[in-house]
Amino acid sequence: MTAIHVRGLRKAYPKIQAVAGIDLDIERGEVFALLGPNGAGKTTTVEILEGHRKRDEGTVSVLGQDPGTAGREWRARLGIVLQTATDAAELSVRETIRHFARYYPRPRQPEDVIELCGLEEKAGARVKSLSGGQRRRLDVALGIVGTPELLFLDEPTTGFDPQARRQFWGLIQKLAADGTTIVLTTHYLDEAEALADRVAVISRGEIVAQGPPGELGGRATREAVVRWFDRDGEQEVRTPTPTKLIGELSLGGGELAGLTVTRPTLEEVYLDLVGGTR
Amino acid sequence: MTTVHLPSPLSIGLARGVVELKSFFRVKEQALFTFSFPALILAILGSVFDREIEAGVTAGQVLTASMVGAGIIATSFVNLSISVALDREDGTLLRLRGTPMPLLSYFTGKIILVFVASLAETVLVLGVGVLLFDLPLPSDPAKWLTFAWVFVLAVVSCSLIGIATASLAKSAQSGAAVSNVPYVSLQFISGVYVSPITMLPAGMVTVASFFPIKWTAQGFRSVFLPDSMTKYEMAGAWELGKTALVLGAWCVVGLVLCLMTFRWSNKRR
Repeated sequence: MTAIHVRGLRKAYPKIQAVAGIDLDIERGEVFALLGPNGAGKTTTVEILEGHRKRDEGTVSVLGQDPGTAGREWRARLGIVLQTATDAAELSVRETIRHFARYYPRPRQPEDVIELCGLEEKAGARVKSLSGGQRRRLDVALGIVGTPELLFLDEPTTGFDPQARRQFWGLIQKLAADGTTIVLTTHYLDEAEALADRVAVISRGEIVAQGPPGELGGRATREAVVRWFDRDGEQEVRTPTPTKLIGELSLGGGELAGLTVTRPTLEEVYLDLVGGTR
Repeated sequence: MTTVHLPSPLSIGLARGVVELKSFFRVKEQALFTFSFPALILAILGSVFDREIEAGVTAGQVLTASMVGAGIIATSFVNLSISVALDREDGTLLRLRGTPMPLLSYFTGKIILVFVASLAETVLVLGVGVLLFDLPLPSDPAKWLTFAWVFVLAVVSCSLIGIATASLAKSAQSGAAVSNVPYVSLQFISGVYVSPITMLPAGMVTVASFFPIKWTAQGFRSVFLPDSMTKYEMAGAWELGKTALVLGAWCVVGLVLCLMTFRWSNKRR
């Protein structure tokens, strides 16, 4: 089943064509990442999907409805986690989650949400006392308290330390395992690689590549770089058939010192794809 | 697909009211400032100018009645112009927009906050009036009926204008400036501080007559002062019909302005 179906989406602002004809299909249960430089049209696209911005052209269906006209019933099936917010400062974490649960017809149990998001120790604390990472987990808690079928996450781990990011990824993976469809935008390519089933790269308002992170831009079939050491020092060969090369090199049965086979990283592929815009 | 039963806008509005009250009263400085300011001004000005205007009625008592009006305009108009601008600035509104909460429930929550805060303010100001200036509280139920409708109309109209003013403000800080400047100036030309109002130039009072504060203060004077005091009003009467008309008109104008200018965020693209 399709969660999001978009054809020919266009949106212009006075000085710029922010979205210049985008097609998207996101399946139910999928984790989908939108990548792209600032100003590429990511945020505009997501805002249109969330029903927070009007489109100029194209057809858009999110959970079977047009976000431009859908009502509260539809909104109750979505979860939206925006970038920075500093609201609810004087309430406690538990009070805030309980309060937002009241907006929805089928909320999760607030205590379950607190546990799921790892906020047990902070449940009684005022929101203003939370650290950046804790605050972000509360943002997610408020995004999922309504048991959404579809969750939007906008740059969820910006400003996190590496450990906090790993914890956060674990939370997203748990939600995905429960069947929540997740659409996330991010600047971090390792994040997209770790979390997403598929990614789309947006550049200048168009999707320039789309696919599983491991296959993006022909990654899986591009030339690999094989490196090893021998008596003459470091050797490096670029080849479309690294397996064959290694077979030949290891005919004698000896170990190849420092052997590595590398495909282009997602970051390299990404920079190639959006390179023209920089 | 199974039918879902969304929580009613009223039940969400009540829940918002609880959250608004908690948030308001937990910021001690804010709550203290909003409340104590009118009471403090009353205590000081009333003591300075406490002379008998006519038999049994002192300037402190007149000021108390007027300050009840000025006080609830602080807890409605000034308070909301700041707090709605703050909700826009800190992301409260942006987050709410992504939930199935109807905008009506948000306004309901704000109005609950304003009613509770305004009632508390009124009790405080009347308390100062009774203790310091021996203000007699009316025993006639008709007077309290007048009190009730002036209170409701003033709170609703000034809340709506406050929300609209917040839309004009670029930030919460400018919200404070944008609301306090007209609030303080209008108090002076509406005969709150300068009393009786007949001491003011007629032109000034004419300007003030276009705004709620003059009528709110006058309405409360009609509740707490004897009818013999009408000779110190511009028209020589309490003009309750006109009070209802002006405040009612501001409710309508305020609502239209609110709906026309409401913004969920400061971001412009």
